[in-house]
Amino acid sequence: MSKTHVTTTINGEPAEFLAEAGLSLLDALRDEVGLTGTKEGCGSGDCGACSVIVDDRLVCACLVLAVEAEGATIQTIEGVATGDTLHPLQRKFIEHAALQCGFCTPGFLVAAKSLLEKNNNPTETEVRFWLAGNLCRCTGYDKIVRAVMDAAAEMRGA
Amino acid sequence: MSGLSYTAPSTISEAVSLLANASGLAKVLSGGTDLLVQMKSGRLKPALIVDTKKIPGMIGIREIDGAFVIGAATSGALMGEHAGLVAAWPGVVEATNLIGSTQVQGRASLAGNLCNASPGADSPPAMIAAGAIAVIAGPAGTREVPVEAIVTAPGRTSLAKGEFITEFRLPKKPARSGDAYLRFIPRTEMDIAVVGCAIAVTLDANGVCIAAKVALGAVAPTQLVVAGAAAALIGNKLTDAVLAKLDAECQAVCKPITDKRGTIEYRTKVAGVLARRVAAIAFQRAGA
Ligand SMILES: Cc1cc2nc3c(=O)[nH]c(=O)nc-3n(C[C@H](O)[C@H](O)[C@H](O)COP(=O)(O)OP(=O)(O)OC[C@H]3O[C@@H](n4cnc5c(N)ncnc54)[C@H](O)[C@@H]3O)c2cc1C
Ligand code: FES
Ligand code: FES
Repeated sequence: MSKTHVTTTINGEPAEFLAEAGLSLLDALRDEVGLTGTKEGCGSGDCGACSVIVDDRLVCACLVLAVEAEGATIQTIEGVATGDTLHPLQRKFIEHAALQCGFCTPGFLVAAKSLLEKNNNPTETEVRFWLAGNLCRCTGYDKIVRAVMDAAAEMRGA
Repeated sequence: MSGLSYTAPSTISEAVSLLANASGLAKVLSGGTDLLVQMKSGRLKPALIVDTKKIPGMIGIREIDGAFVIGAATSGALMGEHAGLVAAWPGVVEATNLIGSTQVQGRASLAGNLCNASPGADSPPAMIAAGAIAVIAGPAGTREVPVEAIVTAPGRTSLAKGEFITEFRLPKKPARSGDAYLRFIPRTEMDIAVVGCAIAVTLDANGVCIAAKVALGAVAPTQLVVAGAAAALIGNKLTDAVLAKLDAECQAVCKPITDKRGTIEYRTKVAGVLARRVAAIAFQRAGA
């Protein structure tokens, strides 16, 4: 099968890869680009482990075709920290012990980051609804919600 | 998935000819939140995917003299962010924004929700109640049909080979009008409707209903337009007797199935209860 050459910007850097028509953006990121921080939990849009931001929109990378990403700007978990400096969300997840196995964490962090970019002062209800498409089988969610609220407060300078 | 090709044409006529001349199964791609799931599970094996999102107008919302044109591939997230649309047709927007999670909202479209032709889809009842028109492009030109004329059976639509929906039109909302949508699910998020109900009404200066449209989802193979329920509202205010008539008319048309989300009896009963609640919201939004 012929492959399509896809040109994108990932975490601020130009990135190119080859993709068959049916390849998901998730598989392209992991297997073609080598960015394995984005996880596959279900492959069907239910778990949010594959959350990435494409052209400022939070989406499931498993439900985007890699070829659709031509010309797109993509943010993944690998772009959340600045060099060795963790993003406030990452620090607060550690402080609040908002992860156990960690498999859902990249998806939660990317989803929470996109929330805080749109709304820097979300209520607990807003956080819970925004993150309803991210599943965690370990933490019971409470610590995750508290970590996001705390990170938001710190980022507002409160 | 070998043998699959992908194309993203930049004009409607190109997309029509690609769809019309395809030798194997050709599928239109909007947000992919149904299509890619079905391909992944092996349920669907298209030979050609025609991504219409690069065609100008397929994504975006235009307000023209109070009426709205919504590109067929516009995401639910964009609809929810459009203050004018939210103010004019809150029922349509609330139904669309119920689809899936934040991530799914970033991609899911009205056209995909309708053309996937699932009986439990959330936006079609609201679009039907609001009097939305689908604009269809095809080999024979363009045609406009009411949204209720698209779905013919679960997984089937009235679109012919080579045809696809380019946009939806919502009329200018008449004065003293309101629309609303509610669905019943066993959880608060991320589930498929047991029953969905949408109602749009117009009132006169005294608060008496002068026009109404009622649509139900998930209680029959396709969405239902409930003419008897609309008739129960027209000429009346929302008294207990009128609500009871509305409830009975909705229950009378239900032809649901029993599945893990609910039995026939349960779905039928819930349809009546939801209709009462939705009518109250629609009347209130109309200024009653
Ligand atoms: C996790 C998850 C949760 C979900 N929750 C809900 C929910 O709560 N309620 C609900 O109703 N749905 C739900 N869905 C289903 C789905 O998200 C919606 O049906 C969505 O609106 C589909 O839109 P799309 O743009 O992604 O469609 P696509 O997947 O792109 O297309 C769906 C179908 O429509 C056809 N199509 C697309 N565009 C056109 C067009 N312009 N003209 C003609 N045919 C076209 C495609 O060929 C395909 O057959 C959920 C899905 C997921 C993955
Ligand atoms: S892997 Fe994409 S939502 Fe689960
Ligand atoms: S920490 Fe294990 S799934 Fe969330």
